Amino acid sequence: MVSDEYGFFIDPQRCIGCKSCVGACGECGTHKGRPMIHLDELDRLESPQTTPTVCMHCEDPICAQVCPADAIKRSEDGVVHSSQKPRCIGCQNCELSCPFGVPIVFSGLEQMLKCDLCYDRTSEGLKPMCATVCPSQALLYAPKAQVELMRRAKPVREFLVGSLLVKTRTAVMLPDPETPLHLDAALLIEGGF
Amino acid sequence: MSRTPKPLAELRKTYGPHLNLAPVGGWDADPEPDRLVKTHCCFCGQQCGIQLKVKDEKVIGFEPWMEFPFNQGKLCPKGVKRYLQGNHPDRLTSALMRTDHGFAEVDWEAAMARTVNEIERIQTEHGKDAFAVLSGVSLSNEKSYLAGKFARLGLGTRNLDYNGRLCMVSAGAGNKKAFGVDRAANSWADIELADVIWVSGSNVAECSPITTDYIWRARDRGAKLIVVDPRITPLGRTADLVLPLRPGSDSALTNGILHLLQKWELLDRDFIEEHTAGFDAALEAVKDCTPEWTSKLTGLPAVAIEKAARMWGEAKTSFLLHARGIEHQSKGVENVCSCINMVLATGRIGRPGCGYATITGQGNGQGGREHGHKCDQLPGNRDIENPEHRAHICKVWGCTDAELPGKGLTAQEIMNAIHAGEIKGLLSLCFNPLVSLPDSEFTRAALEKLEFHVNLDFFLSETGQHADVILPSALHEEDEGTSTSAEGRIIKLNKAVEPPGDARADWKIMVEMARLLGKGKWFDHFTSPRAIFEELRHASKGGTADYFGVTYEKVEKSMGIFWPCPDLDHPGTPRLFEGGRFFHPDGKARFIPTPWRPPMEVVDEAYPIWLTTGRTVFHYLSGTQTRRIGFLVEQCPHPYLELHPRLADLHGIEEGDAVEITSRRGSLVLPAKVVKTIRPDTVFIPYHWPGALSANRLTARHLDPVSKIPEFKVSAVRIAKTTPDRFPEELAELRRMAFEARTDQPVLPEQVL
Repeated sequence: MVSDEYGFFIDPQRCIGCKSCVGACGECGTHKGRPMIHLDELDRLESPQTTPTVCMHCEDPICAQVCPADAIKRSEDGVVHSSQKPRCIGCQNCELSCPFGVPIVFSGLEQMLKCDLCYDRTSEGLKPMCATVCPSQALLYAPKAQVELMRRAKPVREFLVGSLLVKTRTAVMLPDPETPLHLDAALLIEGGF
Repeated sequence: MSRTPKPLAELRKTYGPHLNLAPVGGWDADPEPDRLVKTHCCFCGQQCGIQLKVKDEKVIGFEPWMEFPFNQGKLCPKGVKRYLQGNHPDRLTSALMRTDHGFAEVDWEAAMARTVNEIERIQTEHGKDAFAVLSGVSLSNEKSYLAGKFARLGLGTRNLDYNGRLCMVSAGAGNKKAFGVDRAANSWADIELADVIWVSGSNVAECSPITTDYIWRARDRGAKLIVVDPRITPLGRTADLVLPLRPGSDSALTNGILHLLQKWELLDRDFIEEHTAGFDAALEAVKDCTPEWTSKLTGLPAVAIEKAARMWGEAKTSFLLHARGIEHQSKGVENVCSCINMVLATGRIGRPGCGYATITGQGNGQGGREHGHKCDQLPGNRDIENPEHRAHICKVWGCTDAELPGKGLTAQEIMNAIHAGEIKGLLSLCFNPLVSLPDSEFTRAALEKLEFHVNLDFFLSETGQHADVILPSALHEEDEGTSTSAEGRIIKLNKAVEPPGDARADWKIMVEMARLLGKGKWFDHFTSPRAIFEELRHASKGGTADYFGVTYEKVEKSMGIFWPCPDLDHPGTPRLFEGGRFFHPDGKARFIPTPWRPPMEVVDEAYPIWLTTGRTVFHYLSGTQTRRIGFLVEQCPHPYLELHPRLADLHGIEEGDAVEITSRRGSLVLPAKVVKTIRPDTVFIPYHWPGALSANRLTARHLDPVSKIPEFKVSAVRIAKTTPDRFPEELAELRRMAFEARTDQPVLPEQVL
């Protein structure tokens, strides 16, 4: 069981785009060189902003709802797991339906694998690998109560996808609205201070 | 003649760079290790703790080391994938000698005999100093110490210098002038406690990634962040104040700040009075540095300068960090001193949350420079020209003053002397000057003039390609020793595996060479790194960098000891200057006046654009290691020209277009990367690649007069759009390698081209 006291927090504001999370994820003995994390450069012309995507671990996961083979299970502790190998038919329904773009059906493997919160580590009280290595702690795994006190950004666990309200175990940190953002050196030089 | 013995494409077939994509046995091999070895990352000055997984005497991966206090498990992508440098197809496992047909594998003894004969011949014919050593600070303290002793007593040459000359020397010189000691003033724990953090010339997120979290933890407490850089870096993006100043104008900005601190009386007069000297002269130097003057030189609006001065001046606690951006300049030392003036004027140093540090770039940049492969230093951060310092080292080493050579040339000056034919022979280790020195075609011409060049390395570096003899050395994880991090924390490196084949630790090679040169009496007792460290302890005793109280056991038990640590009961010194006590004999810090002067090269009609160079998070220095690791190459396969869309529009350049960049030294053609995060009058190129793709084809051999650091960060260039057929061949090969890294398919399909 993964402790309910601990939460996973994604804070894109802190992300430095280094892909340590991606590299470290790929090292896992269960998915062997295949990272489960996406790290995207949003629009490099406009900004150095990068953002990591790990599984949001939905309360009522859409990937599981649409799975025709009932291969995707959410354990009692709220973690949504990779597809069960004997059941998965590689149909990609999960891949197409996930609002966050998390599951991947690997060709050759013909099985959907996804971020399972490093269940092997978190069920034994360790942090997930990505949140362990993340140099800026844009990926944070910590007691929820502690994070409330520690961070100025606010956790969000509810997302409106079209008309559907999606509630998640993983939180995205909403920046303090006063935090400035500098994106264009030319504008700064011209007095945009 | 040390030309490459074969065309580069042919050398590449044998010696790479090839990519290592997966651990030994592939991803399906059993990942359960036989043991975990606690050690540190082999790359930058952060020196993150890491555990290496060892199975069947091979390193097969890593496990975070949560308990190590500095990084608590955190690692950048280089640290995550560094284990792939082991078991690498390019690894050198036997001695090589140049022949008419390329490099041939030879017996170790034959390679050593040839090397010793050539050293003796050159030194007999041309004098001791005609043989030089260029070393580097990825080496442990033990190896750095030994390199210094080997050059001085083994070879008897004064011409020994190191790649820290391209890294730490401006900061070191500035710190010695101001504080009387060369070390970060605080451990990083004080960053978290600061209310204002000022970062000048440091792309923290990419070059010292773990420091990012320290800064964010301070920001979580409400700290303000000021970032000074011509580019908006990933850390700068969200900073409270970003000052994208013109390259080379750093001391104009800091002078302008000091001017305003005085004008607005945001000074700690008591501290200045009691604990410093020279304030009036420093003020005199900035009396005309009004916001308008500063604005004109820096290209920043006056209001931004005033805002920065206000933010810095009014802080209760603060931490100032700087790095190569201000140090890689022909006034690097002045830039450093002008930053320190801002710190001293506000009295915010030597207390919790009040600090200052340069962010040491290289793994052992700190320890390496303290213990003796810097041309002007002896162990313990001693001065090679100081008779008392020399006497102490002569006593520890058991030599006479006459046997201990004096101050030699610095790294770039050594290369200049090779080019001029004054230095005929070279031993290079842990240094790839062909990629990392400025004006790389000059460096190539110099290397081709050497009568004899022996190179110690674990991969065939671009510099090694020009050598006559190559002796395979050991990786970081194949030896033990100590290293000293950016914080001044001495840490323990542990051996995980044995070096393969004939490869062996650099210290063993130097000790053997010394014996063959008939100098064994000074080296034969070095039978282990521990034996070297024991001598280092005594040699450093009484110096500013005093390691006498440090033992391997103590370092491991405390997870690091901060020097000075003068006796065995001493706990070490995480924070320097407590109580306002500095290391000058009178205990006072010095303000160093920094009157403005421009960079050595400035833009003009012929070369109207500023060029600055630097690193990316995916590669380390000259790339000898990281350009061989699949994951890192996939993320950043080749260099590019970063430029603002306004500048791009002026030249009709779009993303990915071929652009020819030309300076007074040379030119290269790179793909454009159009970004709004750089000043429109400035372009940027990362410098990790060799040959036709080397940023250092453009940079100049202009040196700081004190530190002798080259001015990598300021050059004048012109740019012109050209056609993709002008891209160097190497670019296509790197694009193919990126495809291979992504897909594990070595051949790039035509449609991907």
